[in-house]
Amino acid sequence: MVAVIGILLGIGLIFNVLGTVSLYRFPDVYTRLHGTTKCTTFGSLFTSAAVVVYGIARYFEGFEGRFFTLSLHVTVAILALLISNATGANAIARAAHRSGIMPLHAVVDRLAEDEKSRGRRVS
Amino acid sequence: MVIFAASALMYLLLVWAGGAIEWIEIVIAVLFGGLISIMAKRWNPNITLRHSWLNPVRLLRFVVYLFGPFLMALIHANLDVAMRVITGKINPGIVRIPTGLASDGALTLLANSITLTPGTLTVDADDESRDLYIHWINVTTETPDASDICGTFPEWARRIAE
Amino acid sequence: MTLEALFSYAAVVLGLAALVMFGRLIAGPTLADRAVALDAMNTLVVAMMILLSVIFDSIVMVDVAIVYAGLSFVGTMFIARYLEGSM
Repeated sequence: MVAVIGILLGIGLIFNVLGTVSLYRFPDVYTRLHGTTKCTTFGSLFTSAAVVVYGIARYFEGFEGRFFTLSLHVTVAILALLISNATGANAIARAAHRSGIMPLHAVVDRLAEDEKSRGRRVS
Repeated sequence: MVIFAASALMYLLLVWAGGAIEWIEIVIAVLFGGLISIMAKRWNPNITLRHSWLNPVRLLRFVVYLFGPFLMALIHANLDVAMRVITGKINPGIVRIPTGLASDGALTLLANSITLTPGTLTVDADDESRDLYIHWINVTTETPDASDICGTFPEWARRIAE
Repeated sequence: MTLEALFSYAAVVLGLAALVMFGRLIAGPTLADRAVALDAMNTLVVAMMILLSVIFDSIVMVDVAIVYAGLSFVGTMFIARYLEGSM
């Protein structure tokens, strides 16, 4: 059990640290969103999965109800993180584009072209 | 109705400790569910959530989707992004893909799935033509299809939420 | 190594990562960069609270983490609405 939990925690920490590095390594808002959203969601999923494994293992040692509750609540927290992170990233990306931040080094930007042809505010 | 069922079931899930549930907890769950659905109706009267979200077949399909293709894409996405963080090789751009999904729930599910899959991030949605604008970190063609970006996800979204 | 020590080290690493993200929160050239850093920090704080609930042996902390995730989502949404200029 210790080995499984250690491996899960290790994978989670590696991805979380990579997400932190991506915040400094990428050039603009959109690519930083790529790095942080995917890496921190995936890393937190793995560290929380370690807690779920711990709860289930302790539950089968002595059949105490509170370890079962721990696993269940951590699962609910994982689902909340998955949904809220993805939606929040969409909201920030849309707001950044509407407030006039253009993607750096972009080879194509269909959204700005379409907004210009429709006569909407591009700023 | 959907809001009532979702909030009452969430309350029961959070107070459930592995054994039987006391009747007073069920009464509290029904009271809170009713209160929250009334508040949601007063806050936004033309809220439209269809009853197909309560269909157990669709929920089962959603669970299968979550643990099958979505988990695979999530793992692939993270290895991809990790390589890009280490090597720093990017070729970004914003492209537009047609989805052909009619309902808002399916479009939301597809947009959230695309955000968590390899190299793509949803930026904006067009309400009239039901297209999605996607920031793609490694642009290979300037006019992609939906299958270039996200594989079979639109098909799954149609089967789960339409 | 005991399990509690393992979870404590993981929580410390997560806290350090959140501290490093604070640099981008201060230095970010635009407001959107700061919003991205804040969102990522919130995710790390939720993960850290889940690990701390094992270390301190209290389930209430997981419930606090769920509520914190919801509140940080609402906060991100309001920052995004403000950036769009519709507020």
